[in-house]
Amino acid sequence: MMFGGHLLSLLIWVPIVGGFVVLGLSERIAAAKWLSLAVSGVSFLLSIPLYTAFRTDTFAMQFVERWPWITTIHAEYYLGVDGISMPLILLTTFTTVLIVVSSWENVQKRVAQYFAAFLILEGLMIGVFAAMDGVLFYVLWEAMLIPMFIIIGVWGGPRRVYATIKFFLYTFIGSLLMLVALIYLYLKSGSYELAVFQQMSLTLTEQTFIFLAFFAAFAVKVPMWPVHTWLPDAHVEAPTGGSVVLAAIMLKMGGYGFVRFSLPIAPDASRELDWLIIALSLIAVLYIGFVALAQRDMKKLIAYSSIAHMGFVTLGMFIGFQVVASTGRTSGIELGIDGAVVQMLSHGLVSGAMFLCVGVMYDRVHSREISAYGGVINTMPKFAAFMVLFALANSGLPGTSGFIGEFMVILAAFKANVWYAFLAATILVLGAAYTLWLVKRVIYGEVANDHVAALKDLNGREFLVLGVLAAAVLLVGVWPAPLLDVMRATTQHLAEQLLVSKIVP
Amino acid sequence: MNAATQFSVSQFDAGLVLACPEIFIGLAACAILMLDLLLKDSQRAWTGVLAIVSLVLTALLVAIQPVTTKVVALGGLFELDRMAQVLKVVTLLTVAVVFVYSTDYLRRRDILKGEYYVLGLFATLGAMVLISAGSLITLYLGLELMSLCLYAMVAFDRESGIAAESGIKYFVLGSLASGTLLYGMSIIYGVTGNLELAAIASTVHTGLGDNVGLVFGIAFLIVGVGFKFGAVPFHMWIPDVYEGSPTCVTVFIGTASKLAAFALAMRLLPEALAGSQADWSQMLIVLAVLSMAIGNIVAIAQTNLKRMLAYSTISHVGFVLLGILSGTPQGYQASMFYMISYVIVAGGAFGMILLLARQGFEADKLVDFRGLNARSPWFAGMMAILMFSLAGLPPFIGFWAKLGVIQAVIGVHYTWLAVIAVLFSVVGAYFYLRIVKLMYFDEPTDTITIGGSTLMRTVLSVNALLAFGLGVIPGTVLELCQRALQ
Repeated sequence: MMFGGHLLSLLIWVPIVGGFVVLGLSERIAAAKWLSLAVSGVSFLLSIPLYTAFRTDTFAMQFVERWPWITTIHAEYYLGVDGISMPLILLTTFTTVLIVVSSWENVQKRVAQYFAAFLILEGLMIGVFAAMDGVLFYVLWEAMLIPMFIIIGVWGGPRRVYATIKFFLYTFIGSLLMLVALIYLYLKSGSYELAVFQQMSLTLTEQTFIFLAFFAAFAVKVPMWPVHTWLPDAHVEAPTGGSVVLAAIMLKMGGYGFVRFSLPIAPDASRELDWLIIALSLIAVLYIGFVALAQRDMKKLIAYSSIAHMGFVTLGMFIGFQVVASTGRTSGIELGIDGAVVQMLSHGLVSGAMFLCVGVMYDRVHSREISAYGGVINTMPKFAAFMVLFALANSGLPGTSGFIGEFMVILAAFKANVWYAFLAATILVLGAAYTLWLVKRVIYGEVANDHVAALKDLNGREFLVLGVLAAAVLLVGVWPAPLLDVMRATTQHLAEQLLVSKIVP
Repeated sequence: MNAATQFSVSQFDAGLVLACPEIFIGLAACAILMLDLLLKDSQRAWTGVLAIVSLVLTALLVAIQPVTTKVVALGGLFELDRMAQVLKVVTLLTVAVVFVYSTDYLRRRDILKGEYYVLGLFATLGAMVLISAGSLITLYLGLELMSLCLYAMVAFDRESGIAAESGIKYFVLGSLASGTLLYGMSIIYGVTGNLELAAIASTVHTGLGDNVGLVFGIAFLIVGVGFKFGAVPFHMWIPDVYEGSPTCVTVFIGTASKLAAFALAMRLLPEALAGSQADWSQMLIVLAVLSMAIGNIVAIAQTNLKRMLAYSTISHVGFVLLGILSGTPQGYQASMFYMISYVIVAGGAFGMILLLARQGFEADKLVDFRGLNARSPWFAGMMAILMFSLAGLPPFIGFWAKLGVIQAVIGVHYTWLAVIAVLFSVVGAYFYLRIVKLMYFDEPTDTITIGGSTLMRTVLSVNALLAFGLGVIPGTVLELCQRALQ
C-alpha cells in the first residue's frame, strides 16, 4: 500500500502541521501564501490515490489505520474511509485549494492567520470524515468549531461577532447532546468503535433517545428547519472563503452524520421517526424556498437556497422507510441515500461556486445587496457566463451536477408517495425561481450604476477557480457513473443494515 | 482500639520516613524565614528562588517514595497512598509555578516580601498534611494550617483596602466553615467512637447506615467541604476574595487550595463514609447542580476577569462533585483528573492576568484583553488555548475532564444529570468565548508591550501548551489517576 498505509494520517496532519507553520510566518505574507498553496496542493494530490486505489467491490473500510490512543477509555486512533466518506474527503481537499487561490488578494488583515485557519480546518474536516472511533470523531468535530469561529469573527462582516457566537453555541449545544449519546453507547458496549455501535442491539426507547441526541447535533449542522437560523447569519458575515467552506463542506457533516451514526446505530428509531425528518425536510424545501425568494442580500439568498437543498439530502436519506412501507420493495432506500450523497457533493460544488461568484462581485463593489447590481454582463461577460452556469446548476438543470441528486431523491419519493414527490419537486420550480430571478436582477438588464459600469472582468486567478469548478459541475452532471460506482457497495450495505431490526426480542 | 494506634518506637521511625517530605518542607520554610531576615530588599528574589527550589525538591522526595498500597503510619494519623502521592506532587509543582508567576508580579508592584513565600510554604505544608491525613484530627490540622496562612496571604498587601476587606471576609466565613466542619467531625466521632478514617469506615460499614446522627454529621461535613470547595450555596466568599486578593494570592487559592479541598472531600466522603454513600450523594447532587447553574450563569454578567474566573471555578467545582457523587472508582478518578486539569488551566489563566499586570495596572478587567492578538499573537494564542480548555472543547485537556465525569454519572444511570451538565457547559462556553472574541475580534486599546521575565513567559507558555499537549495525548494523566484510585 502506498505511503506505508498512512495516507489518511498524512491527509489529516499535513494541513494541520502546515497550518501551524504558516501561523509562525506571521509577518512574511508572501511566504505564508505560497506555503499555504503548497500545503493545500499537496493535500489535494495526496487525496487522489484515495480515489484511484479505492476498491469499489467492498463496503468494508479502506485505508484503515488503527492505533491505541487512550487506553483507559478504550479510545482508538482509528481511521478508514468507505464509499460515502471518500468523495467527501476529495471534496474537502479540492475546495481548500480553491479557497486558498481565491483568497489570494482579497484578504488584507492578518493574512498568515487567515490561511493557517483554513489549513487547520481542512485537516480537522478530513479527520471527521475519516474517524472510525467515536471519541476521535467527536474531538475533531468539536475542534473544527474553533478555526471556523475565528474565521468568521476576525475576517467577517459588520455583525460578525453576533454571527460567530451564534454559530458556535448552536452547534456546540447539539454536539454535547451527541456526546452524551456516544458515552451511553460506550458504557453499554465497552468500546467507542463505530462499527461496534452499529452492531450492538438496543431497545426502541434507547434508540429513540440516541436518535434524538444525534439529531440535535446533525440537524443543527445540516441545518434543518427550525434550527437553521444560524446559517444565514454566519454566511452573510463570513468572509468569502468562510462561506465557501461552510456551504461546501461543513453542512455536509450533518448529512454525513445521519448516514454514519443515526441511521445505522438507531435503525428502528429512524424508521419510527422518519415522519419527523421527512416533514422537516419538506418544510425546508418549501418554506425556505419561499424565504429565499424574498431575500435582498445575495449571500443570504444562497444561504437559504443551501438550506432548501440540504432538505433534499435529509429527505433522500429517510424516504426509503416510506418506500418500504408503501411498496414492500427495498430498492428505494438505496436510491434515496445515493441521491442524498450525490446531492451533498453537488451542492458542495455548486454552493461553493455561487459564494465565490458573490465574492468576486463583492471584492469589486463591496456590496452584497442585489439592488446594487444590474447589467453585470455588459462589463463582465466571462464572469456572467460562469454565474449563469452555476445558477442553472443550482436550479437543477439536467446536464449539471445539481440534477442528478435531485432526480434520484424525487424518484425515491415518487415510489413512496406521489405527494412527497410533488412537494419535493416544487424545489425545482422554486429553486429555478429564486436563482434565475437573482441572475436576472444582477447579471442581465441595463448597466445599473457607475459601480457596475466600472467593473473589470475576471482576472486569470478568478477565471481559473471558477473554470475548474464549472468543469467539475459539468463532469458530475454528465457522467456521474464513477461517483455512483464508488458509493454502490457502501450504500447497499447501509440499506441492508437499515432493514434489520436491532431490537432484541 | 484499632491495632494501628498501639504503635511502638520503631513503627514511629518508619512513619517519620514516610512523612519525610512534609518534614523537609516544614524545615525548609523555617530556614527560609530565617534567611529572609538576612537578605537586603534588593536580594529579596533569592527568597523566591529558595522557596521554589525547596518545593521542587519536596516534589521529588514525594515522587520517589515507593507506594504500592495504602500505608497507615504515625499511630493512624498519617496515611500514604497513590492518591496522596499524586496530589502532593501536583500541589507542590503548582505552588512552585505560582511562585514563579508571583515573583515577577510582586517585584513589579514593589510588594516583594519574604513573608509571601514563607506563608505559601506553610500553606503547602498544610495542604500536604491534609492530603495525607489518616484521621479527623490531622485532616482538621492540615486544613487550618493551610487556611490560616491563606487568610494572611490575602491581606498581606497592607496598603490595599480591598485586600484587607477580602482578608476579613475570608477569615470570618472560613472560620465559620471550619467550625461547622469540626462540629460535623465531632458528631461523627460521637456516633462511631473513632477518629481514624479507616476505623470510621469499618464502623459505618458494619451497620450504622440508617443512624440519624450519622446523617446529621454528614450534613455538617458537606457544609464544610462545600465551603472549602466553593460550591453553591456556600460560594459567597469566592468572587469577593478572588477579586480582592492580590492576583498572585488568587491563583494560590484558585489552584493549590482547590486540590486540598478535593483531598478533604475524598478522605471524608468516599474513604471514611463510603457506607453512607447514598446519603451524601443526594446532598452532593444538589450542590453540583446549583454550582453548575449559578457559576455558569452569573459568570456571564461579570466584567472583571478575576470575578469571572471565580464563578467559573464554582461551575467547575460542580463538575468535580459530579464525579465524587457517582460513588464509583471511575467517578473518583474522573474527579481527580478534572481537578488536576482544572488546576493546570486555571493556573495558566491567572498567570496571564499576572503577565499583563504592571505597576499601577491590574489587567483584571475583561476589556484589558481587548486586541491581545495584535499586541502579542503568541500569548493571545496561549490564552485562547486556556479559554477553550475551560470551555471543555477538544482537543484541550478540559474536554477529557468533562468527558470523564459525564461518563461517571451516566455509568451510575444519572443520565439526566449528564444532560444538565452539558447544557450548562454550553452556557459556560459563552463567557469563555467572549474572552477569545475580545482578544481576536477587537482592536487593542492598550499598546504597551507585554512585560514579564523570560522565566515567567516560558513557564506560562509551557503551562498553556500543557493544556493543549495533554489534550491531544491525555492517556498518561488518565492512567495516573486510574492507578491512584483503583
